[in-house]
Amino acid sequence: MKTTRPRTRDRAAKAPLPSGSEWSVEAIDRYNEEIARVAAHYKLDIYPVQVEIITAEQMMDAYASVGMPVNYHHWSFGKHFLATEKGYRRGQMGLAYEIVINSNPCIAYLMEENTLTMQGLVIAHAAYGHNSFFKGNYLFRTWTNADAIIDYLLFARNYITQCEERHGEEAVELLLDSCHALMNLGVDRYKRPPKLSLAKEKLRQQEREEYLQSQVNDLWRTLPAHDVRADARGEARFPPEPEENLLYFVEKNAPLLEPWQREVVRIVRKVAQYFFPQRQTQVMNEGWATFWHYTLLNHLYDEGLLADSFMLEFLQSHTNVVAQPPYNSRWFGGLNPYALGFAMWRDIRRICEDPDDEDRRWFPEIAGSDWLETFDFAMRNFKDESFVAQYLSPKVMRDFRLFAVVDDDHEDKLEVSAIHDDAGFRKLREILSDQYNLGAREPNVQVWNVDLRGDRSLTLRHTPFRRRPLGEGTDEVMRHLARLWGFTVRLERAGEDGKVELVHEIRGETTRPRATS
Amino acid sequence: MVRIIDRRFDSKNKSAVNRQRFMRRFKQQIRKAVSEAIHGRSIRDLENGEQISIPARDLSEPSLHHGKGGVWEQVFPGNDQFSTGDRIKRPLGGGGDGAGKGKASQDGEHEDDFVFQLSREEFLDLFFEDLELPRLIRTQLAKVTDYKTRRAGFTSDGVPANINIVRSMRGALGRRLALGSPWVARIRELQQALDEALARGAEDSEEVRGLREELAALRARIDRIPFIDRFDLRYNNRVKEPRPTTQAVMFCVMDVSGSMDEGRKSMAKRFFMLLYLFLTRSYEHIEVVFIRHHTVAKEVDEDEFFHSRESGGTVVSSALELMRNILRERYANGQWNVYGAQASDGDNWDNDSPVCGRLLGKEILPWCQYFAYVEITAGEPQNLWREYTKLEAAHDNFAMQRIESPADIYPVFRELFKKTLA
Repeated sequence: MKTTRPRTRDRAAKAPLPSGSEWSVEAIDRYNEEIARVAAHYKLDIYPVQVEIITAEQMMDAYASVGMPVNYHHWSFGKHFLATEKGYRRGQMGLAYEIVINSNPCIAYLMEENTLTMQGLVIAHAAYGHNSFFKGNYLFRTWTNADAIIDYLLFARNYITQCEERHGEEAVELLLDSCHALMNLGVDRYKRPPKLSLAKEKLRQQEREEYLQSQVNDLWRTLPAHDVRADARGEARFPPEPEENLLYFVEKNAPLLEPWQREVVRIVRKVAQYFFPQRQTQVMNEGWATFWHYTLLNHLYDEGLLADSFMLEFLQSHTNVVAQPPYNSRWFGGLNPYALGFAMWRDIRRICEDPDDEDRRWFPEIAGSDWLETFDFAMRNFKDESFVAQYLSPKVMRDFRLFAVVDDDHEDKLEVSAIHDDAGFRKLREILSDQYNLGAREPNVQVWNVDLRGDRSLTLRHTPFRRRPLGEGTDEVMRHLARLWGFTVRLERAGEDGKVELVHEIRGETTRPRATS
Repeated sequence: MVRIIDRRFDSKNKSAVNRQRFMRRFKQQIRKAVSEAIHGRSIRDLENGEQISIPARDLSEPSLHHGKGGVWEQVFPGNDQFSTGDRIKRPLGGGGDGAGKGKASQDGEHEDDFVFQLSREEFLDLFFEDLELPRLIRTQLAKVTDYKTRRAGFTSDGVPANINIVRSMRGALGRRLALGSPWVARIRELQQALDEALARGAEDSEEVRGLREELAALRARIDRIPFIDRFDLRYNNRVKEPRPTTQAVMFCVMDVSGSMDEGRKSMAKRFFMLLYLFLTRSYEHIEVVFIRHHTVAKEVDEDEFFHSRESGGTVVSSALELMRNILRERYANGQWNVYGAQASDGDNWDNDSPVCGRLLGKEILPWCQYFAYVEITAGEPQNLWREYTKLEAAHDNFAMQRIESPADIYPVFRELFKKTLA
């Protein structure tokens, strides 16, 4: 905290912001006004802000529907609600102070129970920090459409409600269960999806239903007669290239789904896609928001607008947020993205403003540059994986005392592969970057083939990453897939030596999901 | 640029639907948990909500993810002792998630039970779901019928307070038009003739005078039509409709003799507590008669029934006699659904059991819709049970069950009052 700067000059110029713990709408308004002014001073580019005050119960509601103000109904959201409610009522866990929604305008929920200080902190953190990240970062810009998301969710909820009315709640629920099981394999990782637009969705939905159905039928109608079977061995696979987006493949090609079922699959897929960037930018995004609430509030304090009592309370929460317990602490729960992100952004600023020789050697292109420009560039063009690979400095690694451990199930002992010394910096950075690589975090399972000429069975291929097997629940997921596909589904594993073995097989026909209609 | 919206007074239970769906989906598990939860409860807090826990694996949401095994290379903070190349023993506890090492976060699967709170309503709903009083007759019009008034159009008769102005005035207008119409037509003709005559310039002629007189006479007749007449009046009509209600009375007969030890009494009380809760919850108008007996029987109120500590020897027939007397005195007019539930350890004075059998078979069961006997005993069936077994064969409105331990109470209760398809 930079409290040593002279701060008497500005004191008289402006009335200090209200202090104390009780908030009022006027007070929030004033805080917002001042924070906005300072944010503009730092050239943060943001969506318009919409602050909404809600109660703890409403916060739990929002939790339950994955933070969105509207969502379709499903029992799993109820389960999450009950879990949150229980934890909260027994005082085992606090609720987040805020939820912020990547939409335009950017909606920030403030909880009624927060003190005035917390409201100020939350506004700076969510409404300016996260908000500017949502607007600037390339992943959010390409993968999500802030203008349309609320409308789309509304459309989705109404559509699914209609389906429930028409086809029965149970049929829809089973379908959603299956889709949810495949949700994390229902995103395009490398292909940019088209933007959402409510108007277009509605307009096209009908068209799409008919078109899709005709496409699917075509696929199977052109089945050649059995006598061609002899040379089937050399036939091309379908799909010609493996498909990573399982839900997409199901939506477009599952032979037995009805049009409304395809639409539901599509909805789940779109929602999954919407959350995809968030999963990839946790360190950056949280670090960014934390850096900005810290910087903005300190700036206001230096101007003499904030009371000392405000700063004390703020610094206490801030310190809690960025605490990183060591690996052997009982509080340890992995690397804290807030702590790592905050340290990295702070360090980038330091490298820009006050570089030493080490920094010049490691970061010749940014050492001594204008920090705001460097920040803007880094925020716009990276995700966690590349951000760590690019900007994790030796100093941060030293400060965190990072070390890497290899756990190989073929060895009887763990091995420390790198620590925070000159020899280990690069390796450490590489490993950490890999750790945030979604490809390494989630299993690589792709659609490999459909037996067009035979029993219509679907084959998935799992290419293990560093020999890691699939976890429990795989069988269950395959059953769900079989329900969607309607015929036999298989899961193969491609070993390192190129050998392919069959791991799971769910026989079809009996698992066909038929609508009750 | 900023908008501040206070949403605190918006609807709260956005997740209510999701919650209901969750409850519906896991009804089986929840019901099981509810019936297990009831064992541990004291009489007094039966009516509270309940903490329910169901195994987490039953409601897991599967997904494809990495399992244990293969190679994991991970970065940890807070190095205090390691240097590159150190080899460390795998932490105990399998794949190494002790002390934060290994791959704690990847597995993410734990088998803790999923615990949540049921509200009182939800709890009792589940608790008494699918239970009913057997053979309840709903069609009779009871003596204490309650009425419901409902609108039934309009009448021409009533009290001034019920006059319907619009209807009345509409009627009056119609009547005036109808009564005046022949003269109105005639007036029109005469007026035309008069106008023609005047146009001809015959101002003082006989014809004109005659026309004028006739016109005046007709106008006077129309004016004499009353503006509103008695039979224009319309009154709002409300009729009282008797609604069929059920009248039911439940006799709770509990043995509090010395042979009923503390444990048995508590089981009996719990059984009746359940019954009482069920009746008061599910049926609006029901009378409950509490009878407790040792050597003498006594009609008591609810509070005394559940909480009095008086005790003595055992003559079961005394209670049945009292029940018969009350039945004859108060509920004999054929308009009551009569139910009985008796709990005892079955340890009766030997000569008394046949008396009981006779009383019940001849003088009580014929008037009863349903009578349930619960014997609370861990060992051999007692003499009362043997006596009652004869009745069970002869009367289909008689049921008997045994409760050996507190765990049986709820299942037995469900068995006795389960819904039967008509």
